Amino acid sequence: MGSSLPWENLETPLESQEAGLGQGSIIPTVCEMCFWKCGVHARVHDGKVVALTGNPDHPLSRGRLCPRGVGGIGSLYDPDRLSEPLIRVGERGSQEFRVATWEEALDRTAEGLRKVADQYGPESLALFYHGAGGSFFKTLFKGMGTANIAAPSYAQCRGPRDVGFELTFGEGAGSPEIADVPNARVMALIGTHLGENMHNTSVQDFSAALGKGMRLITVDPRYSVAAGKSKYWLPIKPGTDIALLLGWANVIIREGWYDAAYIEKNAVGFDKFRAEVAKYTPEAVYIETGIKPEQLIATARELAQAAPHSLVHPGRRVTWYGDDTQRCRAVALVNGLLGNWGQPGGFYMSSSIPLKQAENQPPVPEHQAASDRPAGSYPYAGSVLANGLREATLTGDPNELKAWMVYGTNLPMVLPDPRKTLAAIQKLDFMVAIDILPMEITGWADVVLPECTYLERHDDLIAPWYREPYVALRQPVVEPMGNSKPGWWMAKELGKRLGLEQHFPWETANDMIGDRLNASGFSAAQQANLYKKGVILKQADPMYLPAGAPLDLATPSGKIEFWSQQLADTGFDPVPVYRRPEQPGPGTFRLLTGRSPVHTFGRTANNSRLLDQYPENEVWLNRATAVDMGLRSGDRVMMKNQDGAETGPVKVKATERIRGDCVYMVHGFGHKDPRMRRAHNNGGDDNALTTRYKVDPIMGATGYSVNFVSLEKVEV
Amino acid sequence: MTRTAHKYGMVVDTIACVGCSACTLACRSENEVPEGLSRRWVNQETRGSFPDLKMKIWSESCQHCENAPCVKNCPTGASFIDDFTGTVQVERDLCTGCKACMASCPYDARYIHPTGYVDKCTLCHHRITGGLETACETVCPTSAIVVGDLNDPGSEISQLLRKRKFEQRRTAAGTRPKFFLLV
Repeated sequence: MGSSLPWENLETPLESQEAGLGQGSIIPTVCEMCFWKCGVHARVHDGKVVALTGNPDHPLSRGRLCPRGVGGIGSLYDPDRLSEPLIRVGERGSQEFRVATWEEALDRTAEGLRKVADQYGPESLALFYHGAGGSFFKTLFKGMGTANIAAPSYAQCRGPRDVGFELTFGEGAGSPEIADVPNARVMALIGTHLGENMHNTSVQDFSAALGKGMRLITVDPRYSVAAGKSKYWLPIKPGTDIALLLGWANVIIREGWYDAAYIEKNAVGFDKFRAEVAKYTPEAVYIETGIKPEQLIATARELAQAAPHSLVHPGRRVTWYGDDTQRCRAVALVNGLLGNWGQPGGFYMSSSIPLKQAENQPPVPEHQAASDRPAGSYPYAGSVLANGLREATLTGDPNELKAWMVYGTNLPMVLPDPRKTLAAIQKLDFMVAIDILPMEITGWADVVLPECTYLERHDDLIAPWYREPYVALRQPVVEPMGNSKPGWWMAKELGKRLGLEQHFPWETANDMIGDRLNASGFSAAQQANLYKKGVILKQADPMYLPAGAPLDLATPSGKIEFWSQQLADTGFDPVPVYRRPEQPGPGTFRLLTGRSPVHTFGRTANNSRLLDQYPENEVWLNRATAVDMGLRSGDRVMMKNQDGAETGPVKVKATERIRGDCVYMVHGFGHKDPRMRRAHNNGGDDNALTTRYKVDPIMGATGYSVNFVSLEKVEV
Repeated sequence: MTRTAHKYGMVVDTIACVGCSACTLACRSENEVPEGLSRRWVNQETRGSFPDLKMKIWSESCQHCENAPCVKNCPTGASFIDDFTGTVQVERDLCTGCKACMASCPYDARYIHPTGYVDKCTLCHHRITGGLETACETVCPTSAIVVGDLNDPGSEISQLLRKRKFEQRRTAAGTRPKFFLLV
């Protein structure tokens, strides 16, 4: 640590001064303001980052950047950052800490984990993580012998989508998604709010497609930004999407708007599917969804007539109602009817650059059985369930968990029903939190380890599956602030203390990266170029199937499974079935949540540059309903759910842009830790209102949008 | 009206723009705009009533008017039209912070910088004169912003204005803005 930064050794760092511009060197690295991981150019002057722009060489940024990426400076220079290791002094949860040395904090952490592993076995350890730096702690925990490693990005976000697509096409929807939006002539969004959900490349593609005349269909109870760009906005009754999707299938089949020869060749169970969807007539669907029959037919026609260059977008955060896997499977099935798998404007075939582990690093043991679910439950869970690890901690089923490490994920605002999260933490023998800011979770830890930001550290190489395969490098552009340290260093130090040093066989992060690049066969020239350009590119494999080529899918049948034998065999509906959801009673509204383009979850709620653009969240309320309630935009309300859980005061946004039976708010505000001075008590915490949640029986994800809230005006 | 060597203007494509504010943030970094103040801003305009709605989204800034009221109303000559680019600029040393320009701007594009002078979008004069895009154009994830020379019929901006339908803001004020919304 403290060694010279690698880019200082470059012969010719790109100098912006050459063009007569602002001063400073430009250093390529990778963003972590969200998980998309765009390539950025950091302009550094006098040891300070003065600007962040998109790296033109990086396939995910193409020289452009989203507002969070640009505003990353506000996170780097956040005065409230954690800067010293902390050790708890009061009762757990009393939020009383003392500053400790790294030596003591790491010793304490290693001791806490080892004691639990010795006493209860390694299956009593759990790691929760989010973000690139998690890889080092995954290695540590696997080395200790546990499979209890969970990212909430699975069961709290995109998991149901991937399972729904796997059950249908044998493959998940990918990250970045394999939706070929740039070539789509018609696209339908089911609750997905591209443009507010601001993943750089996906929004670039979205706008480019609109510019080329792509016709957009947006299904959303709220008039989103995307709805504003749509030919059709279908303001659906929340919770009824499966009826609408099966209605589309009904119309496309009934009208013969599909390629029968394609289905004959590439699908199984189509006749049974046709029989199942026969009852979802436009008239029947109207009663459930509120979408008029002529709108359903017109949008089905748009999708079908442009097929196979049309798609229903798979979405991303799809954990809404607890039947999410079946809804996502219905999305996949409509795509199956459109015949768009492997076709331009449908779903493309991604490729990647395979990376090998460094030769001096022994294989990390993989442990199969995690403690995240009782035997036999959630049979299609494809990753460990973060909510399941919490449940096991509370119930001891299948076994007790006694120590948690929480890396970069603020569990009290991430997992539904925060009461349960805090109760589980109180049952632990030991908890360590690693974060950049004093997020709520750190207040409940026994030891807090302050990590430096993505602009101050290396992480492992990044090589996702995408339309253009690449390897990207995260490298520090400035020295760490205060006494914060990178995750790779913490994991290595803990490894030393836990007898797992062989898994971290490098002295510096540059060695770690160099060893891996060498093992993966990259030449010295390619490696030098990676440091200079931030990225190594490779020619893509073919993205599309030849027209007429038969599908060869990874499903049990090798074909598109319109009727799923495996679901039938495990006791689930082989074809998605719509079941009418419970409706909010008088004076209450279903709580829906989403994103601001300027913020990432709750992680940016203390970033002054981003708050400047979106200072606090508001509760969207239908204007006519607001008038009836005597509420106006700018009024402040307390929000209370069916269980008496409260948040607020929150500002009202009375608007025509939402149905009258639901309210909407951007997630991630209303923080309760006073150490984050800007985020503290700013806006409302939607997660505080998720005391009810519905677990998807197929794969264990948590549906959040099942809470009904009332609003009470607060005089200020 | 003075003839200038070039006539730089800006279009914003309302079909592409999602109102994400990346332009505003990039402008802040590039031009060291203090937090709390802004040279650019995002508009979201919704018309109609549920469920028959229309929305227009665009990012906006100083319109670099050809007939600029800020220039005419500036008592010290601090606000002027740059001979080379045809953009409206402020000479900080001449500005007394009297706010006459702010009062006369129909677009509310100006603010008082904490150090006392009036500040606003320069159309990244330092960049465009070096042959580079403005910070907002470079960063924009949706490629909604295009800056260029309206005197050059071959420039992208001139081509867009020939090809696409466009609107201008508050033309009744007689300002002859060089800011265009593609609709």
